[in-house]
Amino acid sequence: MSLTLADVHRIAHLARIEITDEQATAAAAQLNDIFAMIEQIARVDTTGVAPMTHPLDGAQRLRQDAVEAPPDRDELLRNAPAQEDGLFLVPRVIE
Amino acid sequence: MTELAHSGLAQLAQLLESRQLSAVELAESFLARIERHRDLNAFLDVRPELTLQQAREADARRSRGEGGPLLGMPIAHKDIFVTRGWASTAGSRMLKGYMSPFDATVVERLAAAGMVCLGKLNCDEFAMGSSNENSAFGNVLNPWDRAAVPGGSSGGSAAAVAARLAPVATATDTGGSIREPAAFTGVTGVKPTYGRPSRWGMIAFASSLDTAGLLAASAQDCALVFNSMLGFDPRDSTSVQRPDEDFARSLDVDLRGLRIGVPAQFFTQGLQPDVEAAVRAALEQYRQLGASLVDIELPNAPLGIPVYYVVAPAEASSNLSRFDGVRYGHRARQYDDLIDMIKKSRAEGFGPEPKRRILVGTYVLSHGYYDAYYLKASKVRRLIADDFHRAFQRCDVVAGPVTSSVAFNFGEKAADPVSMYLADLFTVPGSLAGVPGLSMPCGFGNRGRPVGLQLIGNYFDEARLLGVAHRYQLATDWHRRVPAGF
Repeated sequence: MSLTLADVHRIAHLARIEITDEQATAAAAQLNDIFAMIEQIARVDTTGVAPMTHPLDGAQRLRQDAVEAPPDRDELLRNAPAQEDGLFLVPRVIE
Repeated sequence: MTELAHSGLAQLAQLLESRQLSAVELAESFLARIERHRDLNAFLDVRPELTLQQAREADARRSRGEGGPLLGMPIAHKDIFVTRGWASTAGSRMLKGYMSPFDATVVERLAAAGMVCLGKLNCDEFAMGSSNENSAFGNVLNPWDRAAVPGGSSGGSAAAVAARLAPVATATDTGGSIREPAAFTGVTGVKPTYGRPSRWGMIAFASSLDTAGLLAASAQDCALVFNSMLGFDPRDSTSVQRPDEDFARSLDVDLRGLRIGVPAQFFTQGLQPDVEAAVRAALEQYRQLGASLVDIELPNAPLGIPVYYVVAPAEASSNLSRFDGVRYGHRARQYDDLIDMIKKSRAEGFGPEPKRRILVGTYVLSHGYYDAYYLKASKVRRLIADDFHRAFQRCDVVAGPVTSSVAFNFGEKAADPVSMYLADLFTVPGSLAGVPGLSMPCGFGNRGRPVGLQLIGNYFDEARLLGVAHRYQLATDWHRRVPAGF
């Protein structure tokens, strides 16, 4: 497997990271090195092995769907790059 | 004041308890050391007025009759834990200046026990790295040798403890980020069982691996702080519900009859002779103290790195999708529309390593590749964990090197991600399994740089692991060595 420049641009778009052609070229080389290392796992016989997604294999604990003391709204909004009237501001989405 | 900084927690606790020393005096002495050694770049945010306010509160609590071994004891937090009062950046430009509206559970629990926060510690960006060269705020220097990396990602925590700028520091370990820097800086670093410490308020990297832990001068000091730090947290969905326990209860464990498993797979693959010599000497010391050495096999351990570099980036690409320049974090100045704003904000806010891992993770989770990568890696992960289950039927703890070499130089591996990833070869298998592990100093190797001994325990067997380390530290003095000038 070898990732092309077009692959890298497609992945970067999926990841929502802007990337220049120059950066994509460098990234392609590094990603191909990383995937060459990762390829080792393809040769492992995993017939009948259940995937392990969590160290303790525990079921996700659920909680009551009840309101807990929320942090202060103004404090939460204070870190927003743009906010007004208790709302986060983003560029116009609907014309 | 040098003597104070070189004291263990138990000694400091006694001085505080007997009121020979106030929490304010103790905090001031460490703040002065932090100021004097700013060139190490271990700290990202120090606010003496806040620290002294916490110290005054601790003194007030004591005069009201409150006590406890950690009341008034200073600690510094890795910048992965969010804190009120001090900025929380995860070592990233993305979060420069971010002020959390709440404290992480770990921070909250330690503050409730009376610990005084000295500030926030530098680390690799989003805890991704093995040398601290990935911090957006500059390298942390290794106090033993300023040409050497301090290790990562908890490089600031390790350097701060090694230089005795803090008696203990929190840290996080996803693939080795506590144990590797502990080895490189000659301090004791402990990663508990996954799920023991709360992840709430820990800026997420890889949620099935991220584990909070400690760096300190000794295993005994870590045990003391774990008593207040670890425990069930309803706010973390993977937090383990178990009764509270005393992690110092096995410090006097009898090493006679203890079976130490020595995995063949940790003594191959480019293990450097200087590291091997120090580790073998430590194993021999254990044998002389009454333990028996058992040859064991962890046949799938060498697959740890490729599995990790599928699983961790997959989880990271998901976790880091929250950074969109909308609710918090960096937002680009110029953009065309919403998508363009998000793409430019992420391009500018993330450094090269998080970007690389997000790209890897996005790819391995993308349509058509999931089975070949993420699913396959999850299956091999179980084989790695099963190796540990089998090993612990034949031994009580596993011992070996933490890293294949002593601390490398700045720039040595920075241009080659795969060679950097291999720095975690011996620590990643335990992380994937979720078992507890520690690193403690066991000598010096090339260029006088410290060597670490890794001990890995069975699930929830931290107390014994700490005891086994403590017995070694009673018989040796590697952990008391402090770099020249500190």
